[in-house]
Amino acid sequence: MTVERESTSTSVVDPGPTWGEYYRQMSLIRAFELRAAEMYQRAKIGGYCHLNLGEEATVVGLMAALEPRDYLFTTYREHGYALARGLEPGPVMAELFGKTTGVSGGRGGSMHLFDRKVRLLGGYGIVGGQIPPATGAALALTYRGEPGPNAEAVMCLLGDGTTNIGAFHESLNLAALWHLPIVYVIVNNGLGMGTPVDRSAAEPDLYKRGCSYRITGERVDGDDVIAVRDAANAALTRARAEREPGLLETVSNRLRGHSVVDPAKYRSKQEAERLRALDPVHAVRARLIAEQVLDEDTARRIDEEAEARVDAAVAFADASPDPDPATLFQHAYATAVPNAPHRLPADPVVPVPELLP
Amino acid sequence: MSASSVIGTSLTMAKALNEGLRKAMEDDPKVVMMGEDVGKLGGVFRITDGLQKDFGEDRVIDTPLAESGIVGTAVGLAIRGYRPVCEIQFDGFVFPAFDQIVSQVAKLHNRSAGQVKVPITIRIPYGGGIGAVEHHSESPEAYFAHTAGLKVVACADPSDAYWMVQQAIADDDPVIFLEPKRRYHAAKAEIAAAPTPLHQARVIRPGTAATLATYGATVSVALEAAEAAAADGTQLEVIDLRSVSPIDTETVVDSVRRTGRLLVTHEAPLSFGPAAEIAARVQEQAFYSLEAPVLRVTGYDTPYPPSRLENEWLPNLDRVLDGIDRLMSY
Repeated sequence: MTVERESTSTSVVDPGPTWGEYYRQMSLIRAFELRAAEMYQRAKIGGYCHLNLGEEATVVGLMAALEPRDYLFTTYREHGYALARGLEPGPVMAELFGKTTGVSGGRGGSMHLFDRKVRLLGGYGIVGGQIPPATGAALALTYRGEPGPNAEAVMCLLGDGTTNIGAFHESLNLAALWHLPIVYVIVNNGLGMGTPVDRSAAEPDLYKRGCSYRITGERVDGDDVIAVRDAANAALTRARAEREPGLLETVSNRLRGHSVVDPAKYRSKQEAERLRALDPVHAVRARLIAEQVLDEDTARRIDEEAEARVDAAVAFADASPDPDPATLFQHAYATAVPNAPHRLPADPVVPVPELLP
Repeated sequence: MSASSVIGTSLTMAKALNEGLRKAMEDDPKVVMMGEDVGKLGGVFRITDGLQKDFGEDRVIDTPLAESGIVGTAVGLAIRGYRPVCEIQFDGFVFPAFDQIVSQVAKLHNRSAGQVKVPITIRIPYGGGIGAVEHHSESPEAYFAHTAGLKVVACADPSDAYWMVQQAIADDDPVIFLEPKRRYHAAKAEIAAAPTPLHQARVIRPGTAATLATYGATVSVALEAAEAAAADGTQLEVIDLRSVSPIDTETVVDSVRRTGRLLVTHEAPLSFGPAAEIAARVQEQAFYSLEAPVLRVTGYDTPYPPSRLENEWLPNLDRVLDGIDRLMSY
C-alpha cells in the first residue's frame, strides 16, 4: 500500500548551519547503517540487526525537535536515533559487536542501546515493550514539575505494526486519562516485517488510532526533515505546556528488509527500484546542492567525514574486548543475591566437604 | 493507627500488610501504590484500605483494568527513581502483565548494564482455599522464579507480612510478593520487633525425624502436620522458606544433614515447581545425608479444579501426612 502523505510543511530550505547539520547527521546515519549491514554479513554482529536505511530524514527531524532534557524510548530499529541524540559512533558500533565498550556494555546488542546521560532509556527488542514504560516515565515527570514551555517530555517511538498491540492501546488510554507529557511517534514504513499496514490495521490511517482516547493525531511526510521536526515540535509543545499526549505518524520507506537477513521477497523488483529513486538522503543532498545551500565539495566533505567516523567506530569496536564470562552474573540483580547458583564450568558439582569423611 | 505502634500488637495478615504498606509510604515519599480499585475501595481484599485518603490520589493510584499498562507504567516510574507497588487483584490476573514482568521488569537492569534499577514490588494475593475457581486461586510463583532478575517471596504470618512487604519495597530489585489470600483473616499474631532478612528461611518448629519445607499458604498446613505427627512420636522440623527465589538452600541443607529426610510442599503444581528445584539442590549438596528420596506434596498437574474438588487438589493435612508416612517408611 502506498500511504498518502498529508504533509503540512512546505519545507522551505532555510540556508545556514541547520541544514548542514541535518545533512551531516543523515549522512552519518546512512554511512553507519551501510557499514553495520556489512559488518553483519562479515559476522562481526550476531543475531539480528535492524537498520534505519530510508528513515534518516525522520530520525533527524524527530531528534531535532527533542530537547536534551527530554526522554527518549525507541524500538529495535534505533541506531540512527542514538547517533542523532549525540552518542559517538564508536560505542554504538561496539554495542552492535557485543563488546564491553558498547553503550550498554555489550549486554543489549543492536536492539537495546541505552544511555542515561543522553536520556535514551532504551531500544526495546519486543514490539511494544517500550510503550508502557515510556508512559510511566511521563507519569514520573508529572510528579516532578509543573507544565510549561520548559517542562520535560517523553518521546516514545514505535512502528506501524505496534499499533495493533494491546500495550499501545492501554498506554494511550492511561496517557490521555492522566494527562501525561508524552508524544508517541509511529514510524510508519508501510510494512510490519513483510505484512502491509492495510492488512494488519483495521484503521490504516494510523494517526487516527488515538481518536478513541481523544488524542490528537497527525501524519507527516517522513522524508521531509523540516515537516517531521515541526510536527514533533508542535506535539512536544502541547505535551509540555498542556500535558496533553500526542500521536504523530511519520511515513517513510524502509529501503531494505526488516532486518539485514531479510531478503524482502514480498517486494517486487519495480517496487524496490521505485523506493531507491525516493531515497531521502540522496534527495536531500541533491536538493541542497540545487538550491545552493551546500556546494558539491562541502557535501562530499560531509560524506567523507561520515565515512571516516564510521571507519574509526569499526576500528574501535574491533579493538574492544569481549565481555569476561565472570561478568555474566554481574547485572542480573541490582543487589547481592544470596544462594544464587552462579556455577561456572570449573566449579565442582559436589562440594568437596561433602565427599570427605 | 500510626505505624510505629503496631510492633508488639496482634494483627491479622490483612491488617499487618496494610500497616506495612503505610509504614513504607511514610518512610519513603518515592513509594507509590497502583492497581485496580486500590484507592477509594482499598482493594478487593482491602489491603490498601485508607491509604489513598491519607497519602492522596497521586500516591495511591486507581488504574484502569490494564495489567500490562499498570506494571509497564511502574517500570517507567521505577527507572525515573520511584518505588512503585503494583497490586494485581488476583493471581490469575497477572498473566496479562507477564510480558512486561519477564521482558522488562526482570531484565532492564541487566540489559542496561546497571544503568537503571527497577525497584518494583508486585503484590499478588495468591493460592486457593477460598472456594473460587481458576484465575482466582492459582499459584504462579514458578513462572517468576524461573526468570533471573526477579525475586519471589511469600509471607506466611502477620509479622512477616508486615516486615517483608517493607523489605520488598525497599529492595532495589523487583520483587514478586505473594500473599496467601486465605490467610488474610485466618488468625491474629504479634508483630515482631525486628525483621528476618528477606531471603532467609526460618526453622519455625525444630525436629529430628524429617524436614518439612514450605512457604506461604501451606506453612499453616505444615505446622498442623507436624503437630499431628508429634502425637504419633515423629518430630518434624518445619522450615518456612519465605523466599522462593532466591532459595535459602543453606538452611534446608543444614536441616536435611540432621534429619536425613525432606518433604517439600506447596500449592503450585508439581512439575517444574519450586519443590523440584529444592529437591535438585538438596541431592546435589547433601546426597550422602539423605536416608530417603526427597518427596513432594503439591497441587496436581491440572488446571485449578472446580471449588468442590479443591480440598482434594490442595496439599491438605491428610495429603501431607501421607507424604510423611511414605518418607518415613524408606
